[in-house]
Amino acid sequence: MNEKAEKKSFLKNPSVQAIMTSLICIILGLLIGYIVLLLINPAGAGEAIKTVLINFLSRSSQAAKVKALGNTLAKTAPLLMCALSICFCYKVGLFNIGAAGQYEAGACFGLYAALAWQLPWPVCLLIAGIAGGVIGAISGVLKAYRNVNEVISGIMLNWIMLYMSNTLLAKVKDPASPYTLKLSAANPKALIPNAGLNAMFANNKTVTLAIPLAILFAILIWVILSKTKFGYELKATGYNKDAAMYAGMKEKQNIIVTLAIGGALAGIGAAFLFLTGYQEWSTTQTSVPGMGFNGIAATFLGGLHPIGTIFSSFFIQSITDGGALIDKSVYPSQISDLISSLIIYLCGFVLFFKFVINNWIDKSTKKKEISKVTGEAIEGGDK
Amino acid sequence: MDTAYAIEMVNITKRFPGIIANDNITLQLRKGEIHALLGENGAGKSTLMSVLFGLYQAEEGVIKKDGKEVKINNPNDANDLGIGMVHQHFKLVQCFTVLENIILGVETTKNGVLQMDEAREKVIALSEKYGLQVDPDAKIEDITVGMQQRTEILKMLYRDNEILIFDEPTAVLTPQEIDELMIIMKNLAAEGKSILFITHKLNEIKEVADRVSVLRRGKYIGTVDVATTSKEEMSKMMVGRDVQMSVDKEPSKPGESILKVENMTVASKLHSNNAVKNVSFEVREGEIVCIAGIDGNGQTELVYGLAGFEPLVDGKITLCGEDITKTSIRHRATHGMSHIPEDRHKHGLVLDYPLEFNMVLQRYFEPDFTSGAGFLKRKEIREYSEKLEAEHDVRSGQGPITIARAMSGGNQQKAIIAREVDKEHKLLVAVQPTRGLDVGAIEGVHRNLIAERDNGRAVLLVSLELEEVMNVPDRILVMYEGELVGELDPKKTTVEELGLYMAGAKRNLTVDANTSEIEESEVVDVERERKEEA
Repeated sequence: MNEKAEKKSFLKNPSVQAIMTSLICIILGLLIGYIVLLLINPAGAGEAIKTVLINFLSRSSQAAKVKALGNTLAKTAPLLMCALSICFCYKVGLFNIGAAGQYEAGACFGLYAALAWQLPWPVCLLIAGIAGGVIGAISGVLKAYRNVNEVISGIMLNWIMLYMSNTLLAKVKDPASPYTLKLSAANPKALIPNAGLNAMFANNKTVTLAIPLAILFAILIWVILSKTKFGYELKATGYNKDAAMYAGMKEKQNIIVTLAIGGALAGIGAAFLFLTGYQEWSTTQTSVPGMGFNGIAATFLGGLHPIGTIFSSFFIQSITDGGALIDKSVYPSQISDLISSLIIYLCGFVLFFKFVINNWIDKSTKKKEISKVTGEAIEGGDK
Repeated sequence: MDTAYAIEMVNITKRFPGIIANDNITLQLRKGEIHALLGENGAGKSTLMSVLFGLYQAEEGVIKKDGKEVKINNPNDANDLGIGMVHQHFKLVQCFTVLENIILGVETTKNGVLQMDEAREKVIALSEKYGLQVDPDAKIEDITVGMQQRTEILKMLYRDNEILIFDEPTAVLTPQEIDELMIIMKNLAAEGKSILFITHKLNEIKEVADRVSVLRRGKYIGTVDVATTSKEEMSKMMVGRDVQMSVDKEPSKPGESILKVENMTVASKLHSNNAVKNVSFEVREGEIVCIAGIDGNGQTELVYGLAGFEPLVDGKITLCGEDITKTSIRHRATHGMSHIPEDRHKHGLVLDYPLEFNMVLQRYFEPDFTSGAGFLKRKEIREYSEKLEAEHDVRSGQGPITIARAMSGGNQQKAIIAREVDKEHKLLVAVQPTRGLDVGAIEGVHRNLIAERDNGRAVLLVSLELEEVMNVPDRILVMYEGELVGELDPKKTTVEELGLYMAGAKRNLTVDANTSEIEESEVVDVERERKEEA
């Protein structure tokens, strides 16, 4: 009996729960992905799912493995920033689906500053952050003063920013392709320095300071949320805005500041990708980049904890890259996206599984609690 | 078998952990009568109605319809038996028209297509028959509260309900709308509908009800004929005499004025009238002033205005000599005002925060708890929380790290009181501080309030509980329909007299010198009425 209670309280521990639910999601996602692969072609399913899971380890040589890991890390940095943006806003009770648009704004103005104005990378990074922050603040102002849902304004801004980026960046594109000019040729000053990190990854030039910086941002966000007065106010607003008002906090201001900070994080995230020279912006793209949306999955998979998102972002980026390595002679080329999106989709169910686990733990005590709660409601029910 | 009753609830007992919400209650509603159900807040009226609607199952007792025992397991069963209810807070779809709301759930369709014409004819016929004026095509959000209520009544009639329950229907209405409603209720009864009228306004009972059943603290006190029972007798039944709890206290020694409210007017969120109308009063150090009144007479808005939650339409508030009319909530809280809010879950606590964070909710920004660089001083917060918990006997599972949601209501309230009392202040605004607490906890809260007074603080208590009003304060101000209608000395007045003020049957305060003639004549009317009754 005692042992059972102990086991239950262990399962009730929030960190244990967060990690457990995330693992359940991953396993289920892989399982469903595996079933889909089996349905398409049973022969290569096992091999394919293994490739997705181990990603860079499936490469043949040691150098290739390390280089592939570098690529995954380079793309983890922007994803982590988007996840932090969403995580930060979520703690304040805001669902920042507009992270994608803020990311676009960061890419757009960061690249424009680098290519058109020939500015060095720290300034470009700052400009990208400000651009993302302004877009976030627009959603914030609309939410605070006109009660426009941040999801709606966020989605609309995602599209507005996509075409705005295409239009603006067309001025600095390579005349022969739809892509923006290569930074290494057009303005090497704007490339985020490698600071020797590339040496560890078989001279992978895309491994830059962006990666440790993103991790620093994660720690910074964690510190702000859990250690500071500012975080105390923001979380109080997110948990109970009426109590925040009662305590004299500025609820409207908090909403705007939160979305502005979230926007800045996503904007800097974009700079962390485009200022490494990993890829160029295609000025003819007609879909919102998936980075902002994958950030939602990383946020939930990371247990809504800034430190947790470091690991979940890496995992999600890793399976996305792993998916691209699936044998294209056995499966259609879309399969990589399908598998990784299946797993990412399942990651969104973290809260659901948490609910299921809690339900299971509470089963015995639940009835009691409910009647307690309603009893209380009755006492004050005549108002 | 007696079939004179439309519905009977016989010997109903409903228990919740630690409280008997309904203790052996019998309620018999005759066909074609208007039967009032009278009781204070927390008397068990809502629970009894929830049992009738199948939301709760009574442990003991039976429900009979037309003399036959019936089982009501959920609201659908109640609907099938022809029982309908107009809730205090209307259940209407704001962006639908009156007609759409009325037929919602019982739409007539033909091959999946709505047959609105038939429904419209029936609604128009019903509204003409009972004098329920509505515009079937107006949207709910565009019409008055009174018309919304008539829509709710039509909803019941459209479903051919025979037993109509009105849950405090006049709380949100203007006086004219109340008069109209009274006529409508009489019409409905005349047409053979049986009406159960839940209220605590004695005037209204006198005006429309045939009989009244009284509940007090979950117990059934009795059923009497309204015609032969005076308001005093009814209020005595409602309040009871044996339940008075004495509170030991010395006579007050009021000093300087701390809070001065002049001509305060606050808008209402529920209806277009102002909720607080031209209210003036003063609270001095070393005294407890109680705003008494029935729920929904503007007390909440008065406090919102005082605390800075809502801007004033008009008037001036002075706290410790400073005009705070236009200052922020934070400014008021840091310049002498402590506030125990009415709704501890909505305003008083961040339920998902640990207790220690809630303990500093009004002080976290002070240098004691936040460093110059903006970091929380976790150690100091923890120690402060532990200190308050010890001093105020706040009990929780894990001390400072207990999530506030996991604490009992009494301990949550103790935590709020500890926080507000320990903070530097000259004025304590305590709004229904004993709501939902058990007797022991209530005593503790009362001791706290009196200790505050004896320490030279000014205390403004807002209470709906008559016992509390009679025993705790040094002065009573009675609020009725947004105005202060009476100032009473708790030592000299009786519960019966207080009840009359609260029900709007009596007043001894008028609104300043610029009182309009109408209000004066109203006062005269009331005075005359009182003499006639005597």
